[in-house]
Amino acid sequence: MKCRRCRAPAVIDVRRHNAGFCADCFTRHCREQVRRAIDDHEMIAPGQRVLVAVSGGKDSLGLWHLLRALGYETDGLYVGLGIGEYSDESGDSARAFAHEHGWPLLEVDLRATYGFDVPSGARAIRRVPCSACGLSKRHVFNDAARANGYDVLATGHNLDDEAAVLLGNVLRWETGYLGRQHPVLPAAPGFVQKVKPLVRLGERELAAYCVLTGIDYIVEECPMAAGNRHLGYKELLNEIEERSPGTKAAFLFGFLERGHERFAADAVEERADLHPCPECGAPTPADVCSFCRLRARATRVIPVAAENSA
Amino acid sequence: MKVVLRNPRRELEVPAPHSVAQLLTDLDVVPESVLVIRNDTLATHDERLHDDDVVEIRPVTSGGAA
Repeated sequence: MKCRRCRAPAVIDVRRHNAGFCADCFTRHCREQVRRAIDDHEMIAPGQRVLVAVSGGKDSLGLWHLLRALGYETDGLYVGLGIGEYSDESGDSARAFAHEHGWPLLEVDLRATYGFDVPSGARAIRRVPCSACGLSKRHVFNDAARANGYDVLATGHNLDDEAAVLLGNVLRWETGYLGRQHPVLPAAPGFVQKVKPLVRLGERELAAYCVLTGIDYIVEECPMAAGNRHLGYKELLNEIEERSPGTKAAFLFGFLERGHERFAADAVEERADLHPCPECGAPTPADVCSFCRLRARATRVIPVAAENSA
Repeated sequence: MKVVLRNPRRELEVPAPHSVAQLLTDLDVVPESVLVIRNDTLATHDERLHDDDVVEIRPVTSGGAA
């Protein structure tokens, strides 16, 4: 197989583009896709301070590397979730990457700062760990970005992530979520702007980008995510993609171009009802925000001292 | 040929099939869900394999939706 652009031997094939790329042309392709996503969706304005949420995995480290390559003076944010060895290794990976490049990395440890971690939070609310994890990360990312004066929070959600979330939202007709599902969630009182610059790249492309640029990411998957619904949707979409390359991109970009606007009113309605949480000040439609309710239950059910001594 | 699989990490010894694509078919792996790394270099699906190759099949699917 030859590189589509320069006819040198290809190192990666991307079936949805019906193309192979050599290493140089592929890294250029990745930068172009991120550039296009940022420009098309007006993700980052000149002079804005950008914080990148990094987990030590391929998507977030690849995103940080790509944004820096495109000239954005971004800093990283690592959140320690307390998921045993997995968190230890992911933290090491994020720190080593930041240190190697000399880029600033902020760190927040969920247990040290908020008194609980993902496993104890999940037990407290009797939900799957991914539920407590997602809720905690959304809160801490926004909290850290605001506290440290950043205008924009960038996350490593890629084309596969967004297509899988879209499938889940469509299967349940979650109209509020469909109205909010967009590569940009604009800033609002209490919220920094959130952006997903990898929305035009699949996770196979991100993994290849990391291998080709020497990014030493954590390959092991979170042990708590095994068998979750989101992974099931990804498997289904990959099987469809195998039979019909380009389907994931058509599904997601078709929604963004022709479907999203139809649900936007539901999302606006939800945001209009927000007021500051009396505990933490974060916007919420409830008396107390869902993160503070999780934190209250987790720290009451499993006191930090008791679990540490176990 | 040695095949390295991840999550969990394990190794197989198999006769070299005709190509990377054939190897993935034989192992019932969906190509879209993995990278294939042959002797530390990325390999496209049409590449031929040899008995002295070391091939890593690295999953690329990550699980967090948040």
